[in-house]
This record gives sequence, C-alpha cells and structure tokens, in this order.
Amino acid sequence: MTALSLFSPRRYGYRVNAVAVVASMFILFWGVMALFGTSLAPYPPGKVVDFDFFGPISADFWLGSDYLGRDIFSRILMGASYTVGISLGAVCLACFTGVVLGMTAAVTGGWFDVALSRFLDALSSIPSKLFGLVMVAAIGSSTPVLILLLAVIYTPGSYRFARALAVNINTMDFVTVARARGEGTFYLITQEILPNITGPVLADMGLRFVFIVLLLSGLSFLGLGVQPPYADWGSLVRENIGALAFGAPAVIAPCIAIASLTISVNLLIDNLPQKIRDRSA
Amino acid sequence: MANLVEIRDLKVRAKSDSGRRIDIIKGVSFDVSEGEVVALIGESGSGKTTIALTLMGHTRPGCTITGGEVWLDGQDLVQLTESQRQHLRGTDVAYVPQSAAAAFNPSQRLIDQVVEVSQIHRLMPRAAARARAVELFRALALPHPETIGERYPHQVSGGQLQRLAAAMALIGDPKLMIFDEPTTALDVTTQIEVLRAFKSVMKQGGMAGVYVSHDLAVVAQVADRIVVLKDGEIQEVGTTDDIIHRPQHPYTRELIAAFEPVSHAAAAAPQDAPEHPVLEVRNVIAGYGRSDSSGRPVVLALNDVSCTLQRGQNLGVIGESGSGKSTLARAIAGLLPPVDGEILMDGRALPREVRHRTKEDLRRMQIVFQLADTALNPLRPVGDILGRPLTFFHGQRGKERDRRVEELLEMVQLPRALRHRLPVELSGGQKQRVNLARAIAANPEVILCDEITSALDTVVAAAILDLLKELQRELELSYVFISHDLSTVQAICDEVMVMYGGETVETLPASALPDGATQDYSRLLFASVPKLDTGWLDGLDLAGSAA
Repeated sequence: MTALSLFSPRRYGYRVNAVAVVASMFILFWGVMALFGTSLAPYPPGKVVDFDFFGPISADFWLGSDYLGRDIFSRILMGASYTVGISLGAVCLACFTGVVLGMTAAVTGGWFDVALSRFLDALSSIPSKLFGLVMVAAIGSSTPVLILLLAVIYTPGSYRFARALAVNINTMDFVTVARARGEGTFYLITQEILPNITGPVLADMGLRFVFIVLLLSGLSFLGLGVQPPYADWGSLVRENIGALAFGAPAVIAPCIAIASLTISVNLLIDNLPQKIRDRSA
Repeated sequence: MANLVEIRDLKVRAKSDSGRRIDIIKGVSFDVSEGEVVALIGESGSGKTTIALTLMGHTRPGCTITGGEVWLDGQDLVQLTESQRQHLRGTDVAYVPQSAAAAFNPSQRLIDQVVEVSQIHRLMPRAAARARAVELFRALALPHPETIGERYPHQVSGGQLQRLAAAMALIGDPKLMIFDEPTTALDVTTQIEVLRAFKSVMKQGGMAGVYVSHDLAVVAQVADRIVVLKDGEIQEVGTTDDIIHRPQHPYTRELIAAFEPVSHAAAAAPQDAPEHPVLEVRNVIAGYGRSDSSGRPVVLALNDVSCTLQRGQNLGVIGESGSGKSTLARAIAGLLPPVDGEILMDGRALPREVRHRTKEDLRRMQIVFQLADTALNPLRPVGDILGRPLTFFHGQRGKERDRRVEELLEMVQLPRALRHRLPVELSGGQKQRVNLARAIAANPEVILCDEITSALDTVVAAAILDLLKELQRELELSYVFISHDLSTVQAICDEVMVMYGGETVETLPASALPDGATQDYSRLLFASVPKLDTGWLDGLDLAGSAA
C-alpha cells in the first residue's frame, strides 16, 4: 500500500483517470518504438522475406506481408520513427515560434502586433494541403524540408492561440505592476506571462501534433512525403492500397497505427491530470 | 403560525477537491416571523450567503446540507424533493443576487426576463404579468416605468439593474425575499436610492426578508433584527437597536469598533519646508481611444486635473465609479500617458510614458492595486514576487536578497515562512500585505494606493490602514490614497480631492470633512455615506424632501 501510494499521482496533488492512463500507455509504446523500433524489428524493413505478397497474419509475419513480400510489422516499426519524429519536430518548431511570437505581439501591441497578425492570417488562409503539395513539388521532399514545411503550416494557428491567451494575461494587474516597474519585454514574456499560459499551450500542442501526423500521412499517401525505400505510416497505406481488394492486413495495420496514435494523444489531452485545488490541505 | 421561517440546527458541509470535508455551517438556528426583515451579517467566509441559499433549499456545487431543518411556511425544505422545491422558488421565496449585471441575460429585453417567473409558474397571463411588472417598476421608483422594460440590460445603470432584479423577484409575490448583498457593488449615492426602493416595497407588501450584508450601517437601515455570524456559527442575535447600541458579544463589538471614524492626526509640518512638493499634477488631460483633431481622446477620463502632494503627507482622492480617480493613478504612473499636462516629482517634470522614465524615477513612485488576486502572479511564490523589485532596482541577489525579503515580510507583519507560499494559499488580507510589501521593496517615496482596502472585510481593512500609517512613520512615505469610501480616506489623509466625471470638484483639508464641503456634489457624496444609526435613511428622506 505504502509502496503503491508512493507512486500515486495524488501524492503530488494530481488526479488522473483511466482513459488518460490507457492513452498514455499507447503513446509511450509508440514513443519507444519510434526510438528503438528499427533494432527491435524481427526483419530488416527493406528485405523481401515472404514468397507470397499481401500475406496473411501468421506466426512468422505478425501483421502479414506487403506488396513485395516485406514484413509489415517491421515496416510499421520503422515508419513509427518517421511519423512520430517528423511530427514531433514540426510541432515543437511550430509551437515554439507561434508561442514566442504570440506573446511578443500581445505584450508589444501596436504596429508590430498588427503587421504580424495580418501576415500570419494571410498565411493561414492558404489551404494547408495545397500549400504542402506546391512546396514539396517545388523544393522536393526530404526529412528537413517536411519538418520545416509542416511547421510553417501550423505556426499561424499556434500564434493565434498563444496571442489570445497572452492578451488576457497581459491585462492582469501583476503585468501592469511589472510594466510600471519598467521591466522589459523579455522579462514580461518569460516570467509573468508564459507560466500562466503553459497549460493550455501544451494542450494545444498535443492537438496540433495530431493534425500534423494526419497531414504528414496525407502527404505521404499522395507520394509527396517520406520517399521509398523509407516509409512512414502514410506511405505504407499508399504502397499497400492494392491490398484492399484482397482484404489483407497490409493496408489495415498502418491505418490502425495512425488511428491509435492520434486518438490516444487526443484522449490524453482531454483527460490531462487535474491539479487538486485545495487551499489548506 | 407566527414564524414564516424556522431554521433549526442547520449544518452544511463542503467537500474540497482532494476529498477533505469542511463544515461551513455548524449548527445555526434562527427564526423569521411574518413581515420581518432579518439581516445576516459577517465577514467573507462566515457562511452568510450559504445560509441564505438554504432558504431556497439550494446549496452551491460541492456543498450539501448534512443536518438540521429549514422550515418555510410549514414545509421542511431539507426533506422536499428537488421538483417540490422548484415549485416554491419564485412564488414562496425569491432571491436578489449581489451582481444584477451577472444575473440578467444580456441578449434579452428586461421585461421578458422580469415576467419569466410568472410564466414558468403559470401565475397569470402574459399581459397581466407585464402590467404587474410596470406597477413594480413604478413602486421601485425606476425612471420611465412604462418603457424601461423594453431596454436591454446594458442600457440601464447598475442601480437600476439592481432594482429590476428586485422586480424580477417580486413578480411572483413571494412570502420571503432574500437579498444577497444587493448594494455592495453600487456607489453610495446610488445605494441610497436602491435601499429606499427596497424598503418601501417590502413595507407595502408586508413581506418577510433575509438581508445578507457585511455592512452594518446598511443593515441598520433595513433590518428589524440582526444575526451576527462568524465561521459558520451565530455569535449574537438581537434587534437592530440592541446590536448597534448594546452589543454583547466581543466579535460584534469589534465589528462596531471598526466602524468608528478614525480621524487622522495630521503629520507635523516638516521643519525646513522643501521648495517643491514631492508630487505635483498640473492640468492633466487623459483618456481612452484615438485623439480627435484637437488632440483630445474620444473618451475623456481626466479633464484638466491638478493636485499636489507634500512630502510626508497623504492625498485622498474620492469619487464614484467612473469619476476618473483610478485613471488619475494610471496617468501619474505613466501607464496611461496623458495627452496634455505635466506630472512633476520634486519640481522636475517626468516623461509622460512609463518607458521613457528612468529607473530611478520609477523606483521612487510605486503603485498598489485594489485586487490583490490579480495583482500577484498566481504561479510565483511570495519570495519571488518580493525579490524581483529588489533585484531589478537594487541589484540584490542570493543571501542578501533573501534577508531583505524576510525584513519586508516582517515590516508588513507576515510570518517569514510565507515566502514559500503561492498567492492562492494566502488570505485576502495577507495578499494585500504582500502587494504592499512589493511596493515598499523598491524603497519608494510615493505610493499610489488604488482602492487597496475596498475588497477587504472591515476589520481587515482597518488593520491595513494601521499598517500604512506605521510604514509611513518608519519609511517617510507619502501616499496618494484613492477610494470611494469616505471613512477610509478620512482615516489616513491630510487632504482630500473630490472628483466627479473626470474633473476635480474641490480639494478640502481632511479636518474639514465632512461638513466643510462647499460644492453641492461633495455635500451629496458625503451625506450619502450610511451612518450606523437605524433612523439615518428615514431622516434623510425628510432632508431630501425639504431641500
């Protein structure tokens, strides 16, 4: 009992629910697979190992084989590092830029705020898929380009969100006091505003991660994302789209991988551990 | 039966987030007879609103009635089912909330909201209900009773809205009215009108009432009996006259003592009078919105305001909401740069905008805001909040800074251990002390106090005023003290400036208050402050009609 309560979140003033626990286990699983998946895979992901193509689930091939007879399970583990890695990189870049710019705009105000807001509004008015297609077609596809492109597409939303939060905090008296003291923008942003918007910003970041996974999968499905012989989950779906006619697991499995990751992240955000508010306990 | 309401051994318990149980009401019993107005009085957290809500069989989320009986007209509200209670609400018992602005739906016409109760309970046809509402508007002395119902909530003033909320409660002809601090958010001059309207309507209808308030003087005007509460327990029950003139319980005495006007002993004039006042405001014009062609802002909040503050003295600024008194503090601090006029410190003009002022200028003048809840960053411990100005202005770090933080806490009479706490873990009075300590940390010469005692209970506010005086003696401070409350201003200031509509009405020495007023508005303002005397409101009626 004592050993259990030592690790209980309640000890640290948080309350979690079952959905959050299940969701975070899925996320943890994909996180570990993204890091070590390639070395844990039963077969090399690029090697043709089955004589049959679109093979069924068997003891040798846990999730069947693909259109060339490669092991789907191994390929999904490899895809995890691309899907999770690229999306995570892009979401960090997008949210960092968005939040820093958003807070600066809220604190500075004036023409800086107006110019930046209008510019980013213009950027977000371009349909994201179309923008992605055009840019990849123009520059070509590689991992850094994909990360940068996805980050650019999702920065305006993050900026809007952070700015809206920061504007509210900015009108609070403690910020006015700091301003009356003569504090600079950097101090106001990092010490007074950021701590008060961290919670919602992290939740937004999780949601944005989901959008980016879906957009990346979409781009890869269209053949503009991760290029062969490497593959993320989106390209796995495209490669094996022919399996639909055979009812083979090759096309279902990567879909389930995408769904399990995105839905888990979404559910975790909706059920984040709640801080127990109690003044004197 | 003689008693409309009988509360017997009522217990209410709340459950906190972590599952801890707290008893809010610990066995309260009292009666209200037909046609009687009983006041529940106490400081915040005394359980007065919780008791008032149980009279409708209601508790706030997280609270439950754990014991006792609440009899209303022969029915025990604790035992009734929720649907039976709903049947009583609006017809047998009605509620007037503290903030009428929050109680009205902003997107519906007032009349539709006022008659809603009669429609829910099918009391009368719609047309009859509207006629009754207009009657009530007239009884409550609302202007244009025929048409005011056609307006939306934002188109009437705060005092009018409060009376409309009363009309909404009265339309179902309840036997018991509950008033939950209905005038607390109003200006004193408006408060009088509202109190008068309430009193006459209650008298006409012969209704019983429960009046919740923290203000003894207001309660003295409307209540027949007073129940004094503290920490969920009754301290004393008695007729209004007894409680005010012959209080028995020490806590009641303390409450009444906090009401006694404390006159401020004027600071001795400095030996060698300095050449310049420490702060001087000359013909300042400031406002909000764009400037028009003449360079004046669209909404003018300060129009040609001048005042001076001598070193070691205190200047009071008094006025109703919207008089521009808070804007004056912001203009002086440079947070709202004035479009015209000068702000001088020791005879030297300061740049109008805060970002053009030197660190030294900023250090010498500090501002303290009304709501300590929003003035302290909720996510930083007290030690950090106090430490930042030390680092910023004086470059103190590490041990030196920690020592000074402890000194500051001691100065504002808080325990040292408090520096590890977050603001939410402090009480209202403690927060306001931390708020003050942060201003003192800069070693200022002038502190602008913007309504710093307005959100506090009477006893706590009195303690803060004492602290201000003590700090002034020790640190040779000068205060600009902004308030809407005459007695607090009187207690601490040497000179008082009365403001109205962004302009100075007059400036008076505190010793001449309140009888020395020469302008009509100041006289009205001073006369509107409720006095701890049961006959004050009625006496005022006579004076008003005679004038």
